[in-house]
Amino acid sequence: MKKHLVSANDLTKDDAVLVLDTAKELAAISDGLVKKLPTLRGRTVVNLFFEDSTRTRISFEAASKRLSADVINFSAKGSSVSKGESLKDTAQTLQSMGADAVVIRHGSSGAPHLLATRNWINAVVINAGDGTHEHPTQALLDAYTIRKHLRNNTGDLSGLRVAIVGDILHSRVARSNAILLKTLGATPIMVAPPTLLPVGIKDWSGEYSYNLDEVLPEVDAVMMLRVQQERMNDAYFPTAREYARNFGLNIRRQKTMQKHALVLHPGPMNRGMEITAEVADSANSVVIEQVANGVSVRMAVLYLLLGGTNNETGDKN
Amino acid sequence: MKILLKNGSIKGEKVLDILIENDKIIKIGAPNTIKDTEAEIVDLTGLIVLPGLVDLHTHLREPGREDAETISTGSAAAAKGGYTAVHAMANTLPVADTAGVVEQVWNLGKSVGLVDVYPVGAVTIGLLGENLAELSAMADSKARVRIFSDDGNCVSDPVLMRRALEYVKAFNGVIAQHAQEPRLTQNAQMNESTLSGQLGLTGWPAVAEEAIVARDVLLTEHVQSKLHVCHASTAGTVEILRWAKDKKVNVTAEVTPHHLFLSQIHCESYDAKFKVNPPLRRVEDVTELRNALAQGIIDVVATDHAPHPREDKEGEWNSAAFGMTGLETALAVVATAMIDTKLMTWSDVARVMSEKPAEIGQLTEHGRPIAENEIANLCIIDPNTSWKVDAKDTHSLSTNNPFDGMTLKSKVVHTIFRGKFSMKSGQVQK
Amino acid sequence: MSANSRNSARVVLESSDISRALTRIAHEILENNKGSKDLVLLGIPSRGVPLAKRIAQKISEFEKVVIPVGSLDITMYRDDLRLRPPRALAPTEIPEGGIDHKVVILVDDVLFSGRTIRAALDALNVIGRPSMVQVAVLIDRGHRELPIKADYVGKNIPTSLIETVQVTLADFDDASENVTLFGGEG
Repeated sequence: MKKHLVSANDLTKDDAVLVLDTAKELAAISDGLVKKLPTLRGRTVVNLFFEDSTRTRISFEAASKRLSADVINFSAKGSSVSKGESLKDTAQTLQSMGADAVVIRHGSSGAPHLLATRNWINAVVINAGDGTHEHPTQALLDAYTIRKHLRNNTGDLSGLRVAIVGDILHSRVARSNAILLKTLGATPIMVAPPTLLPVGIKDWSGEYSYNLDEVLPEVDAVMMLRVQQERMNDAYFPTAREYARNFGLNIRRQKTMQKHALVLHPGPMNRGMEITAEVADSANSVVIEQVANGVSVRMAVLYLLLGGTNNETGDKN
Repeated sequence: MKILLKNGSIKGEKVLDILIENDKIIKIGAPNTIKDTEAEIVDLTGLIVLPGLVDLHTHLREPGREDAETISTGSAAAAKGGYTAVHAMANTLPVADTAGVVEQVWNLGKSVGLVDVYPVGAVTIGLLGENLAELSAMADSKARVRIFSDDGNCVSDPVLMRRALEYVKAFNGVIAQHAQEPRLTQNAQMNESTLSGQLGLTGWPAVAEEAIVARDVLLTEHVQSKLHVCHASTAGTVEILRWAKDKKVNVTAEVTPHHLFLSQIHCESYDAKFKVNPPLRRVEDVTELRNALAQGIIDVVATDHAPHPREDKEGEWNSAAFGMTGLETALAVVATAMIDTKLMTWSDVARVMSEKPAEIGQLTEHGRPIAENEIANLCIIDPNTSWKVDAKDTHSLSTNNPFDGMTLKSKVVHTIFRGKFSMKSGQVQK
Repeated sequence: MSANSRNSARVVLESSDISRALTRIAHEILENNKGSKDLVLLGIPSRGVPLAKRIAQKISEFEKVVIPVGSLDITMYRDDLRLRPPRALAPTEIPEGGIDHKVVILVDDVLFSGRTIRAALDALNVIGRPSMVQVAVLIDRGHRELPIKADYVGKNIPTSLIETVQVTLADFDDASENVTLFGGEG
């Protein structure tokens, strides 16, 4: 594996499967009595959050703590970082604090990439969401959840078709999922009104559609993205009602899906907008499970990037 | 004081000797036909002599942002790059929107004395796009402003643009438009493309430039005025310019060295030294811009030299400033992009980097033929060298040069400004 | 492994030797613990797991009872994690009934420094509290770095530090079964 996890592109198929396999074993241990492993004892993980995201932060925090790492939460909002102090200054501060890994959430696309490539810091950089770019651990936990239900928790996702529905244009979750699903052999299908698809969508790996009803019957999983209310004001779509009518997942639509087809959502959900409460709470919904899987997957990433001596991963024996 | 330049190739053609006395070329002749015992003799064997370069688009930052550049440091960078005249853009603090400010810039340029600094006047007060600045007062000032631009802030209001085009006809002025539809480029970060989608950087569509260029061309034709299109960056803009020139609309256009050389692929690094307005475009656009320059559809190369202090360039892409420095590398970039590729000759380079810019700026002492009795503004180039750009090795106060680390062909060796070396053997003569 | 060390390979146990050794260990376990009551066998991945299954199988045959057998991955408890690239994890499977108040027999292929067993004891510690822990290994090659000893040993093979011991199991490696010593003076 590469030293950092900045983009889903950093993972080869073997890397991705290794993360999922490792997460599976860690989940098995965590499900039992073991809440804490000594693996990262003495290592410092900094959660560097320039944007609020309680869910992602506590998921990484739980993952780090279960591996016995020391966790420092550095919320940059409201601190000197908001204005003036640069990313570089912050990075150098963390370096002098002896951070072994920096989990970074940033509003600007590419900020984790800079941290990983500029020699400001030696630490491993893990992207916890940057601007409208990527969120690779979210894609890993989605892949883990899908694999667990549809591929018996082993191997890759080859042959599966997964619809990603909603604000693709602004979604880092969609970008990372499009890449990782492809890496794992699945076909991502981006579904949104044309205004919420990026200009070059036809050149992305995978497929796209403007029509949710056509796509739903043939997919193995559907991932509903949160739609921000403010998009409406920028004329991306006329009204929330019209959006929900065309792209919201309700019971009627869910009934057109295959029996085994899963419903995922990265959260937090806008119930009534992109997903109805009935669907969110239905038997095929794995939304709650995604949260638990998030901790296992992040533990796996932390172990694989931080547990060993160097950038290579894999048992050479 | 006399200088005898021996064996220089004039615009890459005839090899001649040139004798300069005070600020003028007093004699030109075949090699070794001019004898003058008092003159300092400089051997130019193997070198090319062009008229001193003229930049239509330079940000000197003074007054207001002297941390990024001053007229003194910018002039030195210009001299180093072979320039003998630059046009200082109006987006200073205070804005160059009054006769007072443009005269101050003009005077500062004179007192530095390394290049002629011609101020560009703002079209609207404070570059706010609301009310016309006192264009006529600037035109009549000591600075004799002829080019007006709200550069960076497009004059997007069609009525205001129409009025400005009409108004400057009274003193034969030209409106230099930075073509950028503001609503289509809100928070835009890079060229809108598959790549921008993948990098998660807000797209800057080509149409945001082309829509304004098309509108302005039509307005210019309608009111029979003069338009200059700043830093054309797309194949679509070239297409509109070609159409306008066919229709004999009085429009000229510039392209920057970086748009002739760099494409959007550099944005993949998220290194903000590649963040510029207009943004770096597709490879296809680069190719089209080169062809357009060679064919004369685009008239001139202008640097858009835009110095920024380091802290404005080393952070995250979204919060970094737009712009690149370019005065010291422009000639080499153009030579590498256009001469090395056999698209142009040195005589063409003289046209697009000196003669035509001087004509657009209505300068009488720059971009002139290399002939007896002309003012001696010259740029002397070694066409047979290649060098690696080091952004830190600069006279500019800023180091945001995107060509850092790249290898370029040809280098300016000497610059002669009004009969004196402003730069000699790579050393700026302060 | 270099070509040179391959040249000096020496088979120290054949398949039949391995089988006899495991049979003996099975008998010793029963003898030592006065029967099969409360026994739980945990193999340490990777080759400890099939060995544990074989020993359990033999005990079952002698005693006509089912012996709980599982696996215990110790990767996350290793003390040399930072000296090597991270490795993939292997499954930990604790038999139903757990390990509390049980006699846990840790099974591995080769006992060397003792650090694997140390890590296994840590791993056990967070899973439960056995009444007793014993260690069974196919090969003891010496060179202990910790105060740990095996309760059941298939064969003691004196080695030098530059030698390596390789256990190949038919049901795990899909190759002909033996224990081979590589390297050294040959």
